[in-house]
Amino acid sequence: MEAGRSPNIEILSNADLLALEGKPGEFKAKLRLRPRYIDADKCTACGLCTTYCPRHLADSYNEGLDFTRPIHIDYPQAVPATYYIDPEACLHLKYDTCKICVPTCRSNAIDFSQKAKEVTLDVGAVILSPGFGRVPDSALEKYSYGQHPDVVTSIEFERLLNPSGPFMGEVRCLSDQRHPHKIAFIQCVGSRDLGCDNGYCSSVCCMYAIKEAMVAKEHDPECEITVYYMDLRTQGKDFDAAKTRAEQQYGIKFVRAKVADVMPWRKNLKLTYATLDGTHGFEAYDMVVLSVGLDAPASARQLAEITGIELNKYDFCKTDAFNPLATSQAGILVAGAFQGPKDIPESVTQSSAAAGIASGLIKAQRGKGVVVKTYPTEKVLGKDEEPRIGVFVCHCGINIAGVVDVPKVDDYVKDMPGVVFHAQSLYSCSQDAQKVIKEMIQLHNLNRVVIAACSPRTHEPLFQETLKDAGLNRNMFEMVNIRDHCSWVHANEPELATNKSMDLVRMGIAKARHIQPLPEQTVPVTRKAVVIGGGIAGMTAALSLAEQGFHTSIIEKNDRLGGQLLNQRYTLSGASTAALLEQVTEQVNKNKLVDVLTSSRLVALSGFVGNFSTVVATRKGKAEVEQTIDHGVIIIATGGRDHQPAQVLGKPLPKSELIITQQALEQQLADTKGKGRAPKSVVMIQCAGSRGDDLVYCSKTCCIQAVKNSLKIKEISPEAQVIVLYRDLRTYGFAEDAYLEARQKGVIFIPYELAKPPVLSGNAKKVEVVFYDPILREEVVFNPALVVLSVGTVPEDTEELSKLLKIPVNSDKFYLEAHVKLRPVEMPVAGVFLCGLAHAPKPLDEIIVQAQAAAAKAAIPLVRGEVDVEPIVSNIDKDKCIGCKLCVSLCPYQAIEMVKDGKLSKAQTIVASCKACGICAAHCPTFAISMGGFTNEQINSQIEAFGMALEGAVK
Amino acid sequence: MSKEVFNPKILGFLCNWCCYAAADAAGVSRYQYPPNLRTIRVMCTGRIDPAFVMRGFVEGAAGIFAGG
Repeated sequence: MEAGRSPNIEILSNADLLALEGKPGEFKAKLRLRPRYIDADKCTACGLCTTYCPRHLADSYNEGLDFTRPIHIDYPQAVPATYYIDPEACLHLKYDTCKICVPTCRSNAIDFSQKAKEVTLDVGAVILSPGFGRVPDSALEKYSYGQHPDVVTSIEFERLLNPSGPFMGEVRCLSDQRHPHKIAFIQCVGSRDLGCDNGYCSSVCCMYAIKEAMVAKEHDPECEITVYYMDLRTQGKDFDAAKTRAEQQYGIKFVRAKVADVMPWRKNLKLTYATLDGTHGFEAYDMVVLSVGLDAPASARQLAEITGIELNKYDFCKTDAFNPLATSQAGILVAGAFQGPKDIPESVTQSSAAAGIASGLIKAQRGKGVVVKTYPTEKVLGKDEEPRIGVFVCHCGINIAGVVDVPKVDDYVKDMPGVVFHAQSLYSCSQDAQKVIKEMIQLHNLNRVVIAACSPRTHEPLFQETLKDAGLNRNMFEMVNIRDHCSWVHANEPELATNKSMDLVRMGIAKARHIQPLPEQTVPVTRKAVVIGGGIAGMTAALSLAEQGFHTSIIEKNDRLGGQLLNQRYTLSGASTAALLEQVTEQVNKNKLVDVLTSSRLVALSGFVGNFSTVVATRKGKAEVEQTIDHGVIIIATGGRDHQPAQVLGKPLPKSELIITQQALEQQLADTKGKGRAPKSVVMIQCAGSRGDDLVYCSKTCCIQAVKNSLKIKEISPEAQVIVLYRDLRTYGFAEDAYLEARQKGVIFIPYELAKPPVLSGNAKKVEVVFYDPILREEVVFNPALVVLSVGTVPEDTEELSKLLKIPVNSDKFYLEAHVKLRPVEMPVAGVFLCGLAHAPKPLDEIIVQAQAAAAKAAIPLVRGEVDVEPIVSNIDKDKCIGCKLCVSLCPYQAIEMVKDGKLSKAQTIVASCKACGICAAHCPTFAISMGGFTNEQINSQIEAFGMALEGAVK
Repeated sequence: MSKEVFNPKILGFLCNWCCYAAADAAGVSRYQYPPNLRTIRVMCTGRIDPAFVMRGFVEGAAGIFAGG
């Protein structure tokens, strides 16, 4: 949606890349634009053509579970919001008949004369993001997929759950449309599966299966759901918590078992599975969902041929852990699932990072050819102009309309004073609905708009943009939240929810009558950045900003750069992290745009986005020297460190030098001079201190680290005995290959349950591990030469900085990003960005990408050179102000100053510092302070309308 | 005993940054609560003039909720 609205993003849909030539900075990309057979400028996306089109077509957007017509649009929010004709299905294009659609189109948008066009674009950099492909159907056959309609893929199931899906959001069996009462999810279908040559783990399926299972439970709480899995890989931030919720709150069952097959059995499906101890079980289900993996995109090889990039053995783009978004061709970058299977937050992070790198590559061209969006001249509102309010009530698919009686709410507003137009819309945020709003503003000469839909916190900017497009001041707008605050939270009381919606809409309209236009303001930006933390994340971010041409100061508390990476030695592929660190540190030290302040800490911070002022104290011998840095943005890269567990698997940790951490083992193994550096026998214990003991979360990296060190031991001494005791082995992505290699080389992996954890005891000379072997079905007592604990990662003191910068942390003390999926590297405070271990535990390649992404986002205000101020800030009426200074003393942001006005002294707002909290307005004894968008008049009218609503409710 | 169910109408002032956001989050998580609350969004509970509270009672609110 946002991409569709940006004047600087050109979307060429239906396009194929034919050739790419040239070098970074001057590529020529040859494209073929396939015809839509519909003129995008004329199409209003009304949908009339689809209703007339006589031919049925399996709806590929709904995974073939529904029907559409050859002339169609995939879904209402599609960008561009233009219909298209499938040339393979259209009767006219295929057999030269029909053409029924042409006369039905009121805007004459259908144009069969369109031909494919070839265009050549001059571009400086290329980003490949073709996404992922499907696993072959042959991998699904043993589960009766394709033979029984009630065996569906997880993607099909996702469509079943969706309100715009084939059954309007109801989960039904495809065989006879009954509601399934027992559903099984089978994990690792088409991934971790050598049968279809997909040895890797798709990383996302465990989490999406849990999500789908939880949503299905919300649809039908009586439904029994079982997830069959090998290892539950919920390694992402807060994912383990979601799994616990699924199990404990939703009653979803998790069974560790391999599913042998699924066979039709009377009306149901019979699932045969084998558990770890070798026993078989059978279970009948109404529906079986196959959690299919992410395959390489179908176009991968073609893309490789055209662009010359290298692929890995699974046909994903080949990349390097130290430079994860670079392909083998300079100037060509990769982002998203083509780089390796990944979830939404990581894909969004990668795309920001790739855009930042690309922007650095073409910085010489910066500012050229930029289209600045222009808006029609704002209509001036006459002084006593009557309010003309337009009200739009949103269905939000079934999100609102499934509970609230939307037509009734719409009808309710018709006689309210000031309302001259009202309507319903299916999705008021869709591009076509925006168009309608704009048209209605013009047609009915509306001067105020009320949208009853979702939260202004997420959608206000979008609607305000539409108002601007229609020539209205963007503040002539009020949003009423009848979804998050109504239909979603009163799902079982449709009538009362409808009443509440009517009350809220009435209050919104009452406020709307009093809203006034507010002026737009901007403040200039200091084009410098501060990065807190000089580890690999901080250094990468600083170098990325330097690449874009901006000056950065790195504040590092230790006396040298490097952070946590100083403790690492090698990566899973064997590359030396010390070499990387040396190279990056040298680049940082040499770069004139990067200042390094070691032995330093941040003491105080004031200001706001674009105009921060930071006081840094640097230790010089015993004294501390303070200096002030002015800058526009901050990147937090304070990192994390190895956890030192007090408790391991519910018991205090025995004191012994024979019990070490993975990190210590790595250092020992890497020390090539060390004799006997590889132990003869070793037991590794995963989740020692994590996922239940001191830390509740998963640290994401420990399993890969354990496999990495196991392989290293086997490399040094192949006869060494290595046993890894684990709960879920989380070697996600391509790290799964290493897990397989370790098993092939004789590393023994034995899972344990929390109910029967390994018991660790020992003294200075001897250690003992007692664990239950599920295959032998008995307890094993073992005295290894060494016990290695995978201890997990904790953030480096986030508390102090979170108070200083007023930014939140989650319950595990990691910083909490502004939005997990949409704004993964931004903090809620404008101008503050986040990367590295301070965000959550993650491996090196992900840290590097995140740092590049944070730098890319931070560069946006630096490039623009100014930031917009929200117009709702406080405004002090000089004539009414008596200069009492009460507001100055109360303002928590130091945003009010006293200025001379003749002989008197009057209060004045510093707009860029003002956060619009309104404390000043609530306390001003002479009512001299007015809050834009929240005036006394507006709030009082809302309260009054609340009272009127009360009378209505008595009836 | 009165047969009428106690069904108070409550007027709430929600801070945009915390309580309003929390109410959004409650929605996203589908937490269910009684539909007795009618809300007014403010940019901070500091915006609440005591006069608003009095006015709310005058208009017939059974209770005033300030969330910030």
